[in-house]
Amino acid sequence: MYGDNIDTDRIIPGKYTKTLDLSMLAAHVMEDVDPAFASRFQEGDLIVAGDNFGCGSSREQAPLALKTAQVSLVIARFFARIFFRNAINIGLPVLEVPHHSIQMGDEISFNLAEGKVVNHTRQEVYQATPLPPVMLNIMQEGGLVPYLKKYKDFIL
Amino acid sequence: MLPQTIAEKILSKHVGKPVYAGELCVVPVDGAMATDTTGPLAIKAFREMGGERLANPERFHLIIDHAAPAPNERIANLHRMMRSFAEETGSHFYDIGSGICHQVMVDHHRVNPGEVFMGADSHTPTYGAVNALACGVGSTDLAAVMLTGKIWLKVPSSIRVNLHGHHLREGVSAKDIVLEVVKHITISGANYQSVEYHGELLHYLSLSDRMVLCNMVAEMGAKTGIVSPEGLQLPFNFEPVFADKEAVYTRVLDIEAETIHPRLAIPHSPDNIHDVSAYAGTPITYGFIGTCTNGRLQDLQSAAAILKNKKIPSGVRLVIAPASRQVLLDAMKDGTLQILIEAGASIINSGCGPCVGTHDGVPGDGEVVISAANRNFKGRMGNPRSDIYLASPATVAASVLYGRITVPNQSN
Repeated sequence: MYGDNIDTDRIIPGKYTKTLDLSMLAAHVMEDVDPAFASRFQEGDLIVAGDNFGCGSSREQAPLALKTAQVSLVIARFFARIFFRNAINIGLPVLEVPHHSIQMGDEISFNLAEGKVVNHTRQEVYQATPLPPVMLNIMQEGGLVPYLKKYKDFIL
Repeated sequence: MLPQTIAEKILSKHVGKPVYAGELCVVPVDGAMATDTTGPLAIKAFREMGGERLANPERFHLIIDHAAPAPNERIANLHRMMRSFAEETGSHFYDIGSGICHQVMVDHHRVNPGEVFMGADSHTPTYGAVNALACGVGSTDLAAVMLTGKIWLKVPSSIRVNLHGHHLREGVSAKDIVLEVVKHITISGANYQSVEYHGELLHYLSLSDRMVLCNMVAEMGAKTGIVSPEGLQLPFNFEPVFADKEAVYTRVLDIEAETIHPRLAIPHSPDNIHDVSAYAGTPITYGFIGTCTNGRLQDLQSAAAILKNKKIPSGVRLVIAPASRQVLLDAMKDGTLQILIEAGASIINSGCGPCVGTHDGVPGDGEVVISAANRNFKGRMGNPRSDIYLASPATVAASVLYGRITVPNQSN
């Protein structure tokens, strides 16, 4: 769980971004926010942050690093716009959830189409800010590459 | 038709019907650009989409600026990939030394008033200086533009910034104005919105000043920033796009130019804005002037005015990256470079340089940097154990002269 304004430089520092080797990105993801991230994180864990997650650079390496590290979902109160588009375009699940009481260690499941997050530990359900259909479709297809291969054009 | 903001007008013209804030639309894109940070991933995504030909190769630009020349073999090979893709597809290609993408696009008139431009770099809104609607996108969005010539987006609502007055205080420049705007709007206050600049001060602002104002809308979370075309001078005739008088804004910010003092963003966020005077005396060892925010001729000239016939003291260094080859040539011709070099500045290749933390001037542990760039996030310049203060080129020059943060004025 992290606070507000986690910028892309801290998600993946610029010195690591110039690569197509995604495992190198994953090896350094979040290290400047949380040096223990790599040792604490287990595949399938989710990240919960505050306002404006992913502000700063347009580097798609930021969501790619999180996806490659097997982050299953990022929840924020709201995302910075380029990060939000990038995450959906590369198939990293992201949900804007303005109100929740998730604590570290809670067991969570989610449904992207319904925008619902279930907290099994606290037996609560949280509603995400609804996405426009075009974004939801891109996310459900697993990203913009499979979406465009299927639809050939944008369908609003 | 209801009154419109500049963003609404530009997008309406492109989609062929009146559109307003909040509407989703698929927009034809006039020009697009990617760099060596975003280009390789965009090329990969373009190929994965089945792309062979670019929708509009005459208006697609690939630029090597983020790590130029290549500092290692990995990046050298990404540069090779970009060169061969450009040759294969007939896109415009700008190799190392051409300059920073945004400066190159404006220097070469690759973006024009009223156009829609998508750049795979977050500071693409800089082109709002020429009255265009320009947005930063990621690599996969850009790949879709390369393939289809279009992008889907939501028409942004707009924040109106009125810059009143007709002159600035001594030592104050466009950078101080935009830091003042960031202070009011904050790092997420313009998320998804367009920041539209108006006011009588515009008549006194150069193209470079306008680029500074639009550049740092990225540090407000904005989708784009656009300067109303009053006073805009370009070396060709153009059709300016003005906002309608009754256009609807989510917020109006009034700023009296004469009340602005030299400003500073303190670590570790660009919206952590204070007066330079409040931090005067803070020791620094490293100054940097350059970037898409402040690497232009007038920036180098303002530093030279302070450093003329002076020597930067031992233990302090100044790194300067001219924003483009044109800026470098102009600064060479008018003697600015000589003044800076004689003062002890280190001139590096035209490009992003140390701003992105890849090469060309990474700070050491515990070092304090004063930089004319746009971001001071922790680790931005390549070392999370250093602190970055953001300021105008004049403040950086005055500060390196004394080895401590210094308000720029005549006594420098």
